[in-house]
Amino acid sequence: MEPIDREVVQQRLQSFLNTDVYLHLETTNGAYAGESAGGNAMAVCAFIRNARVRFSRAQITGSGPYRVGLQMESGKGWTYAEGLTDYEVDDQGRLLLAGHDADGRLAIALELSHSPFPL
Amino acid sequence: MKEHLLVIMPHPDDETFAVGGTIALYARRGVPVTYVCATRGEMGRNMGRPPFATRESLPALREQELREACRILGITDLRFLGLWDKTVEFEDPDALAARLRAIIEEIRPSLIITYHPEYSVHPDHMALGRATVRAVAQLPPEERPPVHTRAFGRASAALGEPDLVVDVSSVWETKLAAIRAHRSQSQLMLERAQGDPEQQERLRREREMERYHVWKFDD
Repeated sequence: MEPIDREVVQQRLQSFLNTDVYLHLETTNGAYAGESAGGNAMAVCAFIRNARVRFSRAQITGSGPYRVGLQMESGKGWTYAEGLTDYEVDDQGRLLLAGHDADGRLAIALELSHSPFPL
Repeated sequence: MKEHLLVIMPHPDDETFAVGGTIALYARRGVPVTYVCATRGEMGRNMGRPPFATRESLPALREQELREACRILGITDLRFLGLWDKTVEFEDPDALAARLRAIIEEIRPSLIITYHPEYSVHPDHMALGRATVRAVAQLPPEERPPVHTRAFGRASAALGEPDLVVDVSSVWETKLAAIRAHRSQSQLMLERAQGDPEQQERLRREREMERYHVWKFDD
């Protein structure tokens, strides 16, 4: 992956508009977060993989870390991600966006593909 | 009875961090070791430092790292169950136990090592520990191999002292090499320890003794 280039990512996002796409969205603070010192800590994670969605508008904003908002068909819903730092368009044309913390650990990921992600 | 160690854990690197020394000690004596790894650690958040893996490239990379760690530790037989990281606890427990039972009946291990079904922090650990003891409990009592479980985390204090402590200091360098082989997962930890003798000492102290609770079946 490399640091997000807003223009490149914006262009790539456009290529996923108005067609069925597969979405991977996740955020995590690590399975062991609940064990870390402090007592109030808890492990928090959510992911959805291979949701089939259709977007009518897509935008990347911010000056890094970046945010992405994907508006679903005719304003029926939203997909949102904050804290994105890096991107990659892989050899299968999938757009991979991720947010890595200062230690390089993945904190959030937003990925779009024209075909299902492998399971 | 012919010795054969069967390790059942959910993620590539569990076998190394949790029980790598014990595995190396068995392997050194020529005992065959099978590792049943339930997932490929697909949802791990460590991506290397600086990150060299992506969410999509991580599974194949971790599989490679695991194969190298297996070679280092002396694991002779590696099998994946093909489950998805973080979802083990949502699988049908009967179906999962049946898969493990089939492997157990095929291998006839003299010892099974897995995570403690209640005190091993990660839900995948506990779910697979539960499935393992469930599978073994289905065997007639006289055919059951002993099951040594690995417990850790704050809550595990409730278990009291472990039944068995394996001192793996004689194979520490082997265990450390296997930890290094899991590069995407261990780089950050090892980097922090580098140049910090206190951290290095802690790493060694925490990982040099592998503690087990022997699972007690109801019948």
